[in-house]
Amino acid sequence: MTKIMIEATEITKVLGEGAGRVDALKGINLSLAGGEVTLLMGPSGSGKTTLLSVLGCMLSPTSGTVRIRGRSTTGLGCEDLAELRRTNVGFVFQSYHLFPTLTAAENVRLALDVRGDHSPRAREKAVEALQVVGLSHKANAFPRELSGGEQQRVAIARAIVGDASVVLADEPTAALDSENGHAVMMVLAEIAKDPARALFIVTHDPRIIPFAHRILRIEDGRIISDQRRSESAGAVHTLKYAS
Amino acid sequence: MNLILTLASRNLFHDRVRLVATVVGIVFSIVLVTVQIGVFLSFERMITTMIDHAQADFWIVPTETKNFEGSALLAGRERFQALSVSGVTDVVPVVVGYASWHKPNGGASTPVLLVGTPPASGALAPWNLIEGSALDLSMPDAVAVDRSYFEQLGVAHIGATAEISNQRARVAAITKGIRSFTTMPQVFTSLERARAYLGVPATKASYFIVRVAPEADAATVRSRLVATLSDAEVLTPEEFRHRSRAFWLLDTGAGAALLGSAILGIIVGTIIVAQTLYSSTKDHLKEFATLRAIGSSQYYILKVILTQALLSAVIGFTIAAAIGLTLVTATTDAPLPIVMTPVLTLGLFALTVAMCAIAAISAIRVVTRIDPAVVFAQ
Repeated sequence: MTKIMIEATEITKVLGEGAGRVDALKGINLSLAGGEVTLLMGPSGSGKTTLLSVLGCMLSPTSGTVRIRGRSTTGLGCEDLAELRRTNVGFVFQSYHLFPTLTAAENVRLALDVRGDHSPRAREKAVEALQVVGLSHKANAFPRELSGGEQQRVAIARAIVGDASVVLADEPTAALDSENGHAVMMVLAEIAKDPARALFIVTHDPRIIPFAHRILRIEDGRIISDQRRSESAGAVHTLKYAS
Repeated sequence: MNLILTLASRNLFHDRVRLVATVVGIVFSIVLVTVQIGVFLSFERMITTMIDHAQADFWIVPTETKNFEGSALLAGRERFQALSVSGVTDVVPVVVGYASWHKPNGGASTPVLLVGTPPASGALAPWNLIEGSALDLSMPDAVAVDRSYFEQLGVAHIGATAEISNQRARVAAITKGIRSFTTMPQVFTSLERARAYLGVPATKASYFIVRVAPEADAATVRSRLVATLSDAEVLTPEEFRHRSRAFWLLDTGAGAALLGSAILGIIVGTIIVAQTLYSSTKDHLKEFATLRAIGSSQYYILKVILTQALLSAVIGFTIAAAIGLTLVTATTDAPLPIVMTPVLTLGLFALTVAMCAIAAISAIRVVTRIDPAVVFAQ
């Protein structure tokens, strides 16, 4: 039985005030299950990033409730939300956002360090996470010494090293060429097999579709379609990743 | 290595130009403060050096005396009045005053501060003697001078002669390191010679140094002295030091000028460090936003910035301290040496750290306002 990792109920988000007021999200209902890859697709300005920010506890919704592993975010302050993020959510960003002055292993270890894990075991965990993404041999390389795809895989290792129950990825392949995009998606699909982890990807990239179990389409702040693919991600991700 | 320290140090060393600007700011500031406070301490010590070296339990001084150098004259009867007080064992006259020193062979004249006491009393004898002895001042026309004033006084050895107020003076003893904050040489001589050079009548004196019997209660003796001496004040050495310091450091504004320069140095240094830390933080804003996005607390980010500031402080202070010690060594024999004490060194380090921590405030204000969601927009 799949477990719900994150649940959003009647989420609205209003940005700006007066003439600049925008209803970015209008009554979103959504739940993400462990072991699933969910894609969120939609045109620019449709509310994708706002929804990602709300699910990732970076923005508080104007109304509605977000629950992460059953814990409501309603009424939580900035520091409590940060605590929820570091213990439950892993992020993968379009531009990787690695620290240029830290090595790959240090970048990964940072996710543990912010949780207060400064133990020698944290170093081992970081290398293990790099092993999962196939980069343990580049543990001591700095981001500038890595290709875009490798940098994104380091970012994925950072997202999973703390055993996050939800991994939120923002356009993870947008900055990558076809080959690197495929490698990154293979890694993401592999980590999504863990039933204790939900993977939510915001994307414009149709090449990712074969990796998804579920595709949500958002327009004008509303989810207009919620499509479940019949094939398992395990079966489709072997399809050719090509434009 | 701790990851916060790693991140802070690499952020710091990543941009060498900014690091140099930060360190230069700190070094400039701390060296300026070191020099100003070092001179202030030196000044403070010199102001009280005569009082510090006097063998006195109390000083009888003319009413409203403000400092050691500028005193009116006591009539002389105070000595006998003090000697009549129970518990007083000795009352030694001291004559102090400015006179004109004429270099030998018709050279130019220079003002000097004459200090005269009976040589055998040991009440205020020259110290740090490198040639001759205090008792040599008993000899006719004998004076003691400091070697740092040889050039100014036109003498260079024992036996050299000059004139004070058109009367013969002969160098009978030489000291090392007795300097005046006024840069005016201090010349020791006997009580009689001082009176003669300064034209002070035989009974009169600038001060009387009072010594109390070891078994007597000093407070009681003082009360008796105060009751007995209606036209003079009775001061403890500490009170006399305090008065002299207050006059030279506060009333003349000299201390305020030195401290003002020091404060200016601190302000300039803080602004430079704040500016560089702020711009460094702005440059790394994306990384701090990422830290926040992956769930770091504000305290964690605060530690990164403060560690960066602390590292800047340690590097800057190390260089500034090295320069400061060089200046201290270079000015050891100068008329106004820069003084560096362990307490001052520790204080300067604390000041450097505090300055950098305060400078970090603007950077901290920036990062505490970071919206972690900005990482999605980049």
